[in-house]
Amino acid sequence: MTNRLVVENLRHRPIRTLLSVIAVGIQVTMILTLVGISYGMLDDSNRRAQGVGADILVKPPSAGLLSFSTATMPDGMVDYFKGQPHITDALGTVVYVIQGGITAVTGLDLNAFRHFNGGFRYLTGGPFQGPDDILVDEFYQREKRVHVGSIVRISNRPMRVCGVIASGKLARLAVPIQTLQDMIGAKGKVSQIWLKVDNADNINRVITQLKAIPELANYGIWSMPELAAYYSVDNLPALKYFIYVIMSLSIIVGFLVVFLSMYTAVLERTREIGVLKALGASPAYILKILFRETLLLALIGWIVGIGFTYGTRWLIMTLVPASLTQEIVYLWWPIAGVIAIAGALLGAFYPGLKAARQDAIEALSYE
Amino acid sequence: MSSDFMIRVEDLRKVYRVGEIDVAALRGVNLEVARGEFVSIVGPSGSGKSTLFHILGGLTKPTSGSVHIDGKDLRKMSEAERTDLRKKTVGFVFQKYNLLPTLTGAGNIAIAQDIAGILPGFDNDFKAILNLLGIGNRLHHKPRAMSGGEQQRVAIARAIVNHPAILLADEPTGNLDTENSNAVLGVLRDLNERLGQTILMITHNPEAAAYGHRIIHMRDGRVI
Ligand SMILES: Nc1ncnc2c1ncn2[C@@H]1O[C@H](COP(=O)(O)OP(=O)(O)O)[C@@H](O)[C@H]1O
Ligand SMILES: [Mg+2]
Repeated sequence: MTNRLVVENLRHRPIRTLLSVIAVGIQVTMILTLVGISYGMLDDSNRRAQGVGADILVKPPSAGLLSFSTATMPDGMVDYFKGQPHITDALGTVVYVIQGGITAVTGLDLNAFRHFNGGFRYLTGGPFQGPDDILVDEFYQREKRVHVGSIVRISNRPMRVCGVIASGKLARLAVPIQTLQDMIGAKGKVSQIWLKVDNADNINRVITQLKAIPELANYGIWSMPELAAYYSVDNLPALKYFIYVIMSLSIIVGFLVVFLSMYTAVLERTREIGVLKALGASPAYILKILFRETLLLALIGWIVGIGFTYGTRWLIMTLVPASLTQEIVYLWWPIAGVIAIAGALLGAFYPGLKAARQDAIEALSYE
Repeated sequence: MSSDFMIRVEDLRKVYRVGEIDVAALRGVNLEVARGEFVSIVGPSGSGKSTLFHILGGLTKPTSGSVHIDGKDLRKMSEAERTDLRKKTVGFVFQKYNLLPTLTGAGNIAIAQDIAGILPGFDNDFKAILNLLGIGNRLHHKPRAMSGGEQQRVAIARAIVNHPAILLADEPTGNLDTENSNAVLGVLRDLNERLGQTILMITHNPEAAAYGHRIIHMRDGRVI
């Protein structure tokens, strides 16, 4: 019966209910979209790294795995690695981050890349024909609406799109390695060296062997599964704290909206609350009704928020597929739900107390 | 103390503090109501009639004096016990019907059952009462689709659904035209005669008061 009352109370004020639900929905979407983008970007980076087809990645000292190092390893190291036992191939690449840290340009030697993993698949156009050529992947093409022959600016340097590549192999934007080395003043240096090992069983042995070399003491040396495990929000403290901040803001937003909504509901229902008390309702009963109403609001808002998340993903895929990738992270649905409910119940707390404490007689003589 | 008395009030006083001023609403009320009695209470506005009802229903505490309802001493009751009193022993009917606007007539009655911890649902006895009240086929409407008389009869049904020992009706016909008033008063008399329902009814209207077995006059916080 109280459920009926709760539903009818919400239906009684459709606009207030709708606005509260949307506010809770936005609160949920804020969290889910941020988390979805974080996971999406990390997974996308990981997918492209795995797409290189390497067994081991080597990065220079003090470069965190997810931070983009500048190129500091002499490219002679590539040949050095090729000479090591069990290593069948080595590939040096340069990474340069543009667009405020979101998009990276990779400098590579197409012949070496083809030798390493078969090379890119060209959707249109073909390999570099000169130092000012750039390859873009399909998502970049879609987002920026470029085609073969278009001019793209990388750090103010005009580059001609020579081909569009299928996404998934390391680079979203690729330029000749020397061009990038020149641009960032790192002649003959690379940022990452990818290694191939003759037999999967030997990967760990090779890693141990490389780590034992004194000159490589502080180098980062990862197997691909280690790399995959490392692409995690846990390894990006700044992002983690940003997510916490958004979560807290989201609780506050939910709290404020539900507080106002329930507060006006309680004021408006002074007489009804008095009637319930005259019928013998205890303060706990009054609280129960209000909390159920709040819970229902939060639950509907949660579902709406999840719906919104598909909306933001669609927008991102349609508008900025190369800059951002958003995943639907089911794991976070319950977390966002708990946050929505927590904010809402906090918001209902004071109005609920006010209602429960309200004097029945005053309510009934309310004219 | 005799259990024949459903209500026994002795030297009941109630002082409201309004700002810095004490308002004496009841100044020593003595009253005995027998089981199965239908008592009308009349008196000018401000004479303390509603205050008396609120104390009998446990909605407010007396300043001094004693009140026994169905043999139980109100002074010794905790807050929870007084809530319980409203659930099971006392049914209220107000001048302004006070139905919950978002629920249907049936919903309004069912919520009273729910509050009392009874599974909502009307047994045959209660269905007979609903027919007696003449609202058997109006209960699926929300209050705004009912006439004042219908609303008040739903309010009466809601007040008695948990079989209270006493029904307290505070100006139940105050907002009704003659026809609806007569219907509601007839219903109260039927409830009293057929079911033995003890009823206290406040009214301004002498014709309405005449429905009771006995008329009590109040003035300035006293029974006269
Ligand atoms: N909650 C209250 N607070 C302060 N004064 C009240 C309150 N309720 C009633 N009174 C005062 O007590 C007196 C009796 O009121 P009431 O019992 O409502 O009389 P009646 O129902 O006979 O009109 C009036 O003077 C009224 O102003
Ligand atoms: Mg009154």
